[in-house]
Amino acid sequence: MAIELEQQPKPAAVALSRIAVSETHGEDSPYFAGWKAYDENPYDELTNPSGVIQMGLAENQVSFDLLEDFLERHSEAATWGKGATAGFRDNALFQDYHGLKSFRGAMASFMEQIRGGRARFDPDRVVLTAGATAANELLTFILANPGDALLIPTPYYPGFDRDLRWRTGVQIVPIHCHSSNNFQITESALHAAYDDAVSRGLTVRGVLITNPSNPLGATVQRAALEQILDFAVEKNIHLVSDEIYSGSTFSSAEFVSIAEVLESRGSRHVDRERVHIVYSLSKDLGLPGFRVGTIYSYNDAVVTTARRMSSFTLISSQTQHLLACMLSDEEFTANYVKTNRERLRRRYDVIIAGLRRAGIECLRGNAGLFCWMNLGPLLKESTKEGELALWNLIVRDVRLNISPGSSCHCSEPGWFRVCFANMSEATLDVALDRLHRFVDQYRRTGSS
Amino acid sequence: TGSLQNFLNHQKPNPRPQPQSRNLFFPSHPLYFQRTATLSLTPFPLLFSSSTLTLSTYFPLTPSLRSPSPQRVSRDPRRGPMTESPSSEPEPPSPKPRAAAGNGMRLVVPLQGVVQGRGGLILGSLIPCALFYFLQLYLKRHRSPKPPASSSNPPSPSSSSPNLGDLARTSSRSNLLGRGSIVPVRLSSRGMAIAKPNDSPYYVGLDKVAGDPFHRVDNPEGIIQLGLSENTLCFDLIERWMKENLMDSLMGGDGAELSINGMATYQPFDGLMELKVAMADFMSRVMGKGVSFDPSQMVLMAGATPAIEILTFCLADHGNAFLIPTPYYPGFDRDIKFRTGVELIPVHCRSTDNFMLTVTALDQAYNQARKRGLKVRGILFSNPSNPVGNILSRETLYELLDFAQEKNIHIISDEIFAGSLYGTAEEFVSVAEIIEGEEFDKSRVHIIYGLSKDLSLPGFRVGVVYSYNENVLAAAKRLTRFSSISAPTQRLLISMLSDAKFIEEYIETNRKRIRRMYDLFVGGLDQLGIRCAKSSGGLYCWADMSILIALYSEKGELELWDKLLNVGKVNVTPGSACHCIEPGWFRCCFTALAEEDVPLVMERIGKVAEMCKSGH
Repeated sequence: MAIELEQQPKPAAVALSRIAVSETHGEDSPYFAGWKAYDENPYDELTNPSGVIQMGLAENQVSFDLLEDFLERHSEAATWGKGATAGFRDNALFQDYHGLKSFRGAMASFMEQIRGGRARFDPDRVVLTAGATAANELLTFILANPGDALLIPTPYYPGFDRDLRWRTGVQIVPIHCHSSNNFQITESALHAAYDDAVSRGLTVRGVLITNPSNPLGATVQRAALEQILDFAVEKNIHLVSDEIYSGSTFSSAEFVSIAEVLESRGSRHVDRERVHIVYSLSKDLGLPGFRVGTIYSYNDAVVTTARRMSSFTLISSQTQHLLACMLSDEEFTANYVKTNRERLRRRYDVIIAGLRRAGIECLRGNAGLFCWMNLGPLLKESTKEGELALWNLIVRDVRLNISPGSSCHCSEPGWFRVCFANMSEATLDVALDRLHRFVDQYRRTGSS
Repeated sequence: TGSLQNFLNHQKPNPRPQPQSRNLFFPSHPLYFQRTATLSLTPFPLLFSSSTLTLSTYFPLTPSLRSPSPQRVSRDPRRGPMTESPSSEPEPPSPKPRAAAGNGMRLVVPLQGVVQGRGGLILGSLIPCALFYFLQLYLKRHRSPKPPASSSNPPSPSSSSPNLGDLARTSSRSNLLGRGSIVPVRLSSRGMAIAKPNDSPYYVGLDKVAGDPFHRVDNPEGIIQLGLSENTLCFDLIERWMKENLMDSLMGGDGAELSINGMATYQPFDGLMELKVAMADFMSRVMGKGVSFDPSQMVLMAGATPAIEILTFCLADHGNAFLIPTPYYPGFDRDIKFRTGVELIPVHCRSTDNFMLTVTALDQAYNQARKRGLKVRGILFSNPSNPVGNILSRETLYELLDFAQEKNIHIISDEIFAGSLYGTAEEFVSVAEIIEGEEFDKSRVHIIYGLSKDLSLPGFRVGVVYSYNENVLAAAKRLTRFSSISAPTQRLLISMLSDAKFIEEYIETNRKRIRRMYDLFVGGLDQLGIRCAKSSGGLYCWADMSILIALYSEKGELELWDKLLNVGKVNVTPGSACHCIEPGWFRCCFTALAEEDVPLVMERIGKVAEMCKSGH
């Protein structure tokens, strides 16, 4: 309706689609005010020490040195192999949507390596996309019709509202999770969400989880995974497991992939046919600029369809070649994954300790590039408005861009996602220091 | 039938549970979609002739009609789609006229419930009969103009069989069933539409070559690829450039410090500004005449395929239509229609006009679309044209713009072959040049460009939407998050495109070499008695082989295509795959050939020509 109204004042202007004028991109939401604040006044240790520190961006910069080191030693990865020209000829023309075989193979074994070899991946089931964003959207296109629903546990990544709904016309129905059990997904919450969708006349096509969870920074327990899979089988719906932070789990043993659950159940067809894993190199390898995502589906029809649809979102052959070289070097990847985990854990420890000194508690996390911070006790009123009021103060006065829980559809006010891996440790210290002072003063005076 | 028409054309998402989305076996014609899903009055929901199918689409309007089989429309979530699997097994593909009759009979009973009182039985029988009559009438009126456009739709049971029988054909669409997936968990209708085997001869041919590609040494008996418009004529130039500049371009020059930082982290999804600047410059060079392009009107994405899809998403809603002159690039049926639900209305061009677009034909197609209740949102054309290779004249472009202005619709000019010109007679004029300084409303004009053809780098996936409409730019920029170009590739291209000396040399050499291949190839065909349409650009020629076809029809054309592919071992694209209205035309791409292979190609085509002439 709003769309119709918008277009009427200028009847002469040539009309655009509903998608073009839709607000589903969400970039006008208050949440983006934080990003704007950062863009207008970005912190720099030397040139702008009072600027806004970006803690809303889940980017991993803690292991760049390892990547650079690799490229320094392996210039043939960046070029086209030692012979240079032959490799180039094959690559420049390569536009087959199957992707380079070498790269799919390397990707599959990298995914295995991250799961400690507890799951196997078949390169022929790896579908490449330009980033996990595209992978998630593509799966949604394939699994659900316009008007159908996906169930997603809250709090969830704010981008899903845009990525999964915008062009597909699919709806998201939240599975409400609560702090009382550390936001773990329960059977009753699953059923409640499903019934809610059905009562609204929606056809539920699947459950989408992030594991490790974004924004919680915690892995999903094996028991919960079993429950979710059973639920999906019972309702005969799909299960999408977005595991883009699997390699950013601080300790390999703490992460259980849905792939492992499938294998432990003897890879039954009734389980496998509905399970799809999304993965990417943006988080675990810290290469979001390379735009590399994958769909790993156990369902043949989904693999075929996704491959064909991937022609809308292919990865340049040059990038595939470069990454194939990098990921097939097992010595490099083993060292990278191990070191990266250690560094993330160290970062996590630093931020948790710093927040604790300020009297702030976080959900116990074990993965990801962020922590889930509880400022509930500081809220003037325990509502979404109260949360956004406090968040405004933090963005404006403390000049930290963090993500409010309400943007993640968290059902309890007062939670915030704070990213810690996209900056130097020194910057992190500055941020913690600012927050500490703010909280002290806020507690004393009730304002900043 | 006004409201019915509205209903049929209105593809709003159906909020009700649809336990039978298995109508996926049907052609992806939007009218068939979803509506049939709820049809539950017959044991053969999958086997209707097209007329009964459309009838079934009316059922959801009348709730009482659904009641007779509550078990199929059950809302009980626990039953789930599993309950449908028996009825969704693929059935033998035989048309069952009795399904239609049975359907009519079944209508009577529930309608009696609607039409109460005396005479209920009579009315109850009359209404469905009348309805049926009107629908037939409606279909007759509105479906006939469409056939050529739908020939790529029907599912085919095989993706690569050489037998013609497996090829989809316009007339056989309704009684073909796709191969249903055996898994009970369902995909979306749009997903299944894509999962179907590639049935267009364009894709069948490409698949076939992939399985047995010609190689002078390793596989001299393999199939020669003339079906893919790619250009390898100037690889030596690009290779040389790469050799000299690659490391520097990637890593920031002079072997200095490796700067992974400018590539690894998140970059703007719609492309690096430096690349936009370089691209604008490249486009100006290619399009000539000092047409300048403004980097801020540019959105970059991973190939022309997503570029055209994203633009379509911005300009048209599900169920809207674009006018498109035929013959057109076969990939458009997939790239444009599949996910957006936008329809393509063919504007038929003919050999007598050298396949030039005329405003008369355009107007006709527009009116026909309107009659069908379709909202036309734009005109899409490729210039230089793919597959013909001709060029739109300045006058035609003016007429097109006038037409678009009059109808208040968009103009999408696909100019991805603008740099691949070899003609001397006609000059290429970009629509960008036309609207410069003229009194046109620029906001309706959009240009598609890419580096896959003119710089022969399809593997690098670089496409451009260049628009004069701010809102389109804003929306397209946001949509590129689903299709961004990798940063290292962008870095490399920034260096390459900014190397003015190299680019100049490349463009010039490339044109010369395409010209040379064109002369060789078209000359070779000429010696075989095969003439080509007059053309000036592109990586292909548009050959008239109608003298070789036994039947002057699509069937005859496909028989020849089959012979060329399986006997001659040459993969060309038949005109029907491009929705050409005249049979016997074929697109032959010649820029991925080595010069020394041209005689072999001619020998193979000649062999088939001899066979045809001698009646085999």
